[in-house]
Amino acid sequence: MMTIPLEPLWLTAKLAAVTTVLLVLLGTPVAWWLAHTRSRVKPFVEAAVALPLVLPPTVLGFYLLVALGPAGVVGGIWQQLGGTPLVFSFTGLVIGSVLFSLPFAVQPLQGAFEAVGRGPIEEAATLGAGPLDRFVTVAVPLARRGYVTAATLGFAHTVGEFGVVLMIGGNIPGDTEVASIAIYNAVERLDYAQAHALSLVMLAFAFVLLVTMQLIHRRWSRG
Amino acid sequence: MSEATILLALRRAGFALEVDLSLELEGIVGVYGPSGAGKTTLLRCLAGLERDATGSIAIGPSTWQDSATGQFLPPHRRGIGYVAQEPSLFEHRTVHGNLEYGWRRRGGDHDTFEQIVALLALAPLLKRRITGLSGGERRRVAVGRALVARPQLLLLDEPTANLDMRTRAELLPYLERIHDETDVPVLLVSHVVDDIARLADRVVLLDEGRVAAVGSLEDILTRVDLSPALAPGAESVITAQVADHDEAYHLTRLTFSGGDVWVPREPFATGSVVRVRVAARDVSLTLERPAATSILNLLDASVQAIVDVNAAQVLVRLDVAGTPLLARVTRRSAHALGLEPGTPVVAQVKSVALAG
Repeated sequence: MMTIPLEPLWLTAKLAAVTTVLLVLLGTPVAWWLAHTRSRVKPFVEAAVALPLVLPPTVLGFYLLVALGPAGVVGGIWQQLGGTPLVFSFTGLVIGSVLFSLPFAVQPLQGAFEAVGRGPIEEAATLGAGPLDRFVTVAVPLARRGYVTAATLGFAHTVGEFGVVLMIGGNIPGDTEVASIAIYNAVERLDYAQAHALSLVMLAFAFVLLVTMQLIHRRWSRG
Repeated sequence: MSEATILLALRRAGFALEVDLSLELEGIVGVYGPSGAGKTTLLRCLAGLERDATGSIAIGPSTWQDSATGQFLPPHRRGIGYVAQEPSLFEHRTVHGNLEYGWRRRGGDHDTFEQIVALLALAPLLKRRITGLSGGERRRVAVGRALVARPQLLLLDEPTANLDMRTRAELLPYLERIHDETDVPVLLVSHVVDDIARLADRVVLLDEGRVAAVGSLEDILTRVDLSPALAPGAESVITAQVADHDEAYHLTRLTFSGGDVWVPREPFATGSVVRVRVAARDVSLTLERPAATSILNLLDASVQAIVDVNAAQVLVRLDVAGTPLLARVTRRSAHALGLEPGTPVVAQVKSVALAG
């Protein structure tokens, strides 16, 4: 009898959900700025956002470990303000995941905003819509495909991350032991049954998620 | 009716707009000029879409912009209607949803909404999605969307650009109806003289970012003192009234201050006002009324000015009882007839076409 350990799965889902919400909220202004700016800093910001695509996750994880640790810039200030330690905590995982998956949210959103262009936004302005109004009622609905892609990829990528989590999450069951780590631990223990069970759930989930995304796109492209 | 005072400067790489213009906002004002003259930029400045334009814009009692006081009314507070050359309709909304967008935000009333829907024949399209609309329908929806919001001024940028001839012919009557059935003043940008001749009452001629001339359509079209690159098309427009129809010969007689003009029978009611266009090359000149001629349209005129078109031809600007008319004749004929400003002549108009 194969039992599926639910705790790591639940933790993974929670981490991915929180990360996705933050990714969309943070990714939107960054992507909007990148899509419309003529600033000379743009290539540098774009490169910084894209870094997690090329860096080994352990490198990002290492820097995060240093920065978020009690002696680090961020971690030190955080703890002086009365925060609980960031490394080896769920909050630390969220910070790491958001940074690690940022390009997966920013790039589709930036592409979508660029595709919408200035035209509809300007015409909304001439029809009496203020800046926030036209952003919410014109830019976001027209960029909705970008939002679906950003949210799906951000979620899926967070579910699939391993290296960063390993570096800054530690391995605390119920707190930071997400599914990918639990699979690694199960294999280390030679508990192949549990590794199989978790892997199968992950595989099925990833497939369903991507199919859903494709179906949504198809539906929208038919108009 | 209000007065617009526009004093604008905007610098771009390789281009500078420097416009000093004041005009009555009434009817359709055509903004005409070659590509790159700054027509679109001028419209965008008026709409408030060019944030770095300096100068001032005053429309009636309200100031939209004044660099001296640092005032800049953003586009959503200007109360304008703006239809871009390739209008971007909101594809996530139906036609009705598009029309409602500005109408709700400007607190439009139902009567206006219904009036504009009827004016532009949008009723059958209301439930349609934007993606299914033809090029002509898209333009009509975009114009309607701007008009239902009851703008103080409607800015139309090349409304017939990239439309095939048939679609253009279908769209133009709707634009005429804006002129005839609403009191919204229109600024119409076009580099197509046909559109200007058909729709505009007055014309602003723009060249290299500056206003080259402002005046009535009839006057601007027949100006001979402008550089040939700017001369709209060597043709004249006569605004005339339908007098009666000759059923036997299938002709329609039009009258204007300078006399009668016969055109092939047109289905217009007696008394209606029409515009006819006369190409300069279709006008020949004689000093006396010919006793027998196949040409129906003979108009008494006097020469106002003569300019060379090329080595062989000259353009003669005539005054036909207040209406300007252009004639293109050979330099040799002009010399033989002894044409000079003030010479009385008879203009023989070979062919007359209704504007369209």
